[in-house]
Amino acid sequence: MNGEQIVFWICGIFAVVGALGMIISRKAVHSALWVAFTMINLAILYFSQQAAFLGTTQIVVYTGAVMMLFLFVLMIVGVDSSDSLIETIKGQRLIGTLLALAFGGLLLGSITSVARPTVVGLDKANEDYGTNIQGLAHLIFGKYLLAFEVTSALLITAALGAMVLAHRERWEPRKTQAEQMRERTLSGHPTPLPNPGVLARNNSVATAALLPDGTQSQESLPTAFKAIASEDSASKPNEVTQ
Amino acid sequence: MNIRSEAVGDLSTFGTDPIGVVLVKVLGIFVILVLLTLLTIWAERRVVGRMQMRIGPNRVGPFGLLQSLMDGVKLALKEEIVPKGVHYAVYWLAPVISAGAAFLTFAVIPLGPTVSMFGHITPLQLTDFPVSVLYVLAIASIGIYGIVLGGWASGSTYPLLGGLRSSAQMISYEIAMGLSFVAVFLYASSMSTSQIVAGQEHLWYIVLLFPSFAIYATAMVGETNRAPFDLPEAEGELVGGFQTEYSSLKFALFYLAEYVNMVTVSAMATTLFLGGWRAPYPISMWSQANTGWWPLLWFFGKVFAFLFVFIWLRGTLPRMRYDQFMKFGWKVLIPVSIAWIMVVAVARYLRNTGGLASRNLLFIASAVLFVVVVASYVMELRTKKREELEQERAELEASAEFDPFAGGFPVPPMPGQTPQASRRIPVTVTAPAVESGEEQ
Repeated sequence: MNGEQIVFWICGIFAVVGALGMIISRKAVHSALWVAFTMINLAILYFSQQAAFLGTTQIVVYTGAVMMLFLFVLMIVGVDSSDSLIETIKGQRLIGTLLALAFGGLLLGSITSVARPTVVGLDKANEDYGTNIQGLAHLIFGKYLLAFEVTSALLITAALGAMVLAHRERWEPRKTQAEQMRERTLSGHPTPLPNPGVLARNNSVATAALLPDGTQSQESLPTAFKAIASEDSASKPNEVTQ
Repeated sequence: MNIRSEAVGDLSTFGTDPIGVVLVKVLGIFVILVLLTLLTIWAERRVVGRMQMRIGPNRVGPFGLLQSLMDGVKLALKEEIVPKGVHYAVYWLAPVISAGAAFLTFAVIPLGPTVSMFGHITPLQLTDFPVSVLYVLAIASIGIYGIVLGGWASGSTYPLLGGLRSSAQMISYEIAMGLSFVAVFLYASSMSTSQIVAGQEHLWYIVLLFPSFAIYATAMVGETNRAPFDLPEAEGELVGGFQTEYSSLKFALFYLAEYVNMVTVSAMATTLFLGGWRAPYPISMWSQANTGWWPLLWFFGKVFAFLFVFIWLRGTLPRMRYDQFMKFGWKVLIPVSIAWIMVVAVARYLRNTGGLASRNLLFIASAVLFVVVVASYVMELRTKKREELEQERAELEASAEFDPFAGGFPVPPMPGQTPQASRRIPVTVTAPAVESGEEQ
C-alpha cells in the first residue's frame, strides 16, 4: 500500500461514517457537524489525489460557508426543535422520492462510467498549462465562460431574492441615539436595572451605598451627585434605595 | 502569453525531506508558536501596562517573563467546571478544533530560505504547494467552527450570542481578507507562499499594493477578534462571549488559539506584503543577509512589529459598535477591495500585453483610491447634520450654568460646566442599632 491508499482507506471510512452519522443523529446540529466532517475528509482525499485547489475550495466554500450558514440557521431556530413529519406540500414525499431516485441514477451513471474515456493521468492533463489551477482557469474563463457567468447570475439572483423576501419596510423613522437616551431617562429607569439576585431598585451612580447600619454613605456618591443629594430630599425624583 | 514559465515555480525542494527532518520542523513550529504565545501575552501585559502608566507583571522571572508560563500552569491545574446544560461531546470538541486549526496554518509559512539541517539541504518551511495561501483561508474557516460550536454547546444565552457574533464577524472579514489576497496572487502569479516571497525580491508588495495591505491589516484584526474588533467577547454586553462557560484547560486552549492566530495572521501579512523572510532595505545591502539562518531574524522581527501593533491598537482604541463594525466590513472594505482588484487586473493586463508602465498606473490608482476614501469620509463628516450640531451648541451655551436636574432627572455636568459644591453640612448619622442599645 502506498501513502495515497492508506489515506484513502482512513478518510474514505471516515467520510462514510460521517455520512451515516448525518442520517442517524437526532439533533440537527449534530447532523450538520457530521456533514462538515464528511466534507473535510473528502477534501483530504482530493489533496491526496493532488487536487489541492479542489480540496481547499471544498473546505472554504462548503465547510466554511455553506455548512456554517446551516449551523447559523439551526442555532438561531433553537437548540431543541425537531422536525415535524407532517407533509406541508401535497405529494411532497412522492416527488421527493422520485427526485432522489433520479439523482441516484445520475450519480450511478457517472460513477460507473468514470473510466470510460481512458484515464490519461495528471501529467498529461496538465501538459498544456503547467498546473491544475492554470488549466482550470483556462477552462472556466475560456471554454465554459458562458456557463460560469450564467451560474454566477443565478447565484446573484438567488441572493437578491432572499434579500427581497426577508426585507421589511420601515414605517417609522429610526430612533436616534439622542431620542433613545431621552426615552430611557424619562422611563423611570435611566440606568440598567440591577442584576438578577440583587436586592436593589436601581443601579445608578446616584444611588448611595448603604452602610452596615442601613444608612446612606455620602462618601459613596460622586461630587456632582452630592450637590443633588443636598437638595431637599422631598424633590428627589430618583429616590435612594432604603 | 508566457503564463507557464512564470506560474510553475520551483516547488521541487518540497516533499523530499526525510521523515526525521519533517518531525524536527513540526516540533520546531509547535515550540515556536507556544513560546511566541507566552511571550506575546507577557509583552501585551507589559506594553499595555506601559501605555496605561503602570508597570505590569514584573515578579516572576526576569522582567516578569515567566508570568504567562505560571498563569498557564495555574490555568491547567484549576478545577474544571462543566455547566449542567452543555452538549458534552461538542463542548469538548470546540476548543480542540479552535486550537488545532490555529496550529495547522503555520505549516505553509516560509520562515527562511533553504538551509542545511543535519546534512540535508531543506527550506525553512514545513511544506508548500501551489495553493498554500488558500489553504490558510480553509484552515481559518475550520477554526471558526471551534467558536461557533463552543457558543452553541455551552447551552447558555451569552455564549450563543457571542458565538454567532464572532462567526458572523469572522466570515465577513474573511471575505475582505480573501479579496486582499487576489491582488498579491495577480502580481506573484502564484498562490504558494514561497513563490510569493520569491516574487518580492526586488519590491515588497506593501509598496506596490498598498490598498491590499491596508485591507488585509484591517481584516486580520477583525479575523482574530482583537480590539477594537473584539465584539464576541464584549464583556459589557456578553460577559465572556463564546468562552463564558469554559474553564481550566479548555479555556486555556481558546486563549492559546487566539494568540496563535495573532501570530499566524502577522506571519501571513509578513509573507504576503513585507517580503517574508527577506531582509529590510539597509540590511539587504549586506550580501549574506538573505542566506543561511539570518532570515529567521528578519522574519520574526517583522512578525513582532505586527504583534506590537495589535497590542498598541488594544491599548489605544475603544471597541466598535457591532452594527457599525459589520457595516464597515461589508460596505467599505469589500467594495473598495473589489474596485482595487479591478485596477490591479487592468494594470496586470497592460503589463502582459506590453502597454503602459503598469507600476506607475498602480501608484496613481492607489493614490486616487486613498484620496477618494478620505474625501468621502471627510464629506460625510462635514455634511452630517451641521445645523443640528450648531443648534445643540447654541443650546449648550444658553444653559451654561449647571442645572443638576436638567430635564427632571439628575445629570452630570456638561463639558465646561462646573458642579456646585455641596451646600449640605456633613451629617453625622446616629446608627439605629446604637440608639436601641441606649434605650435598653
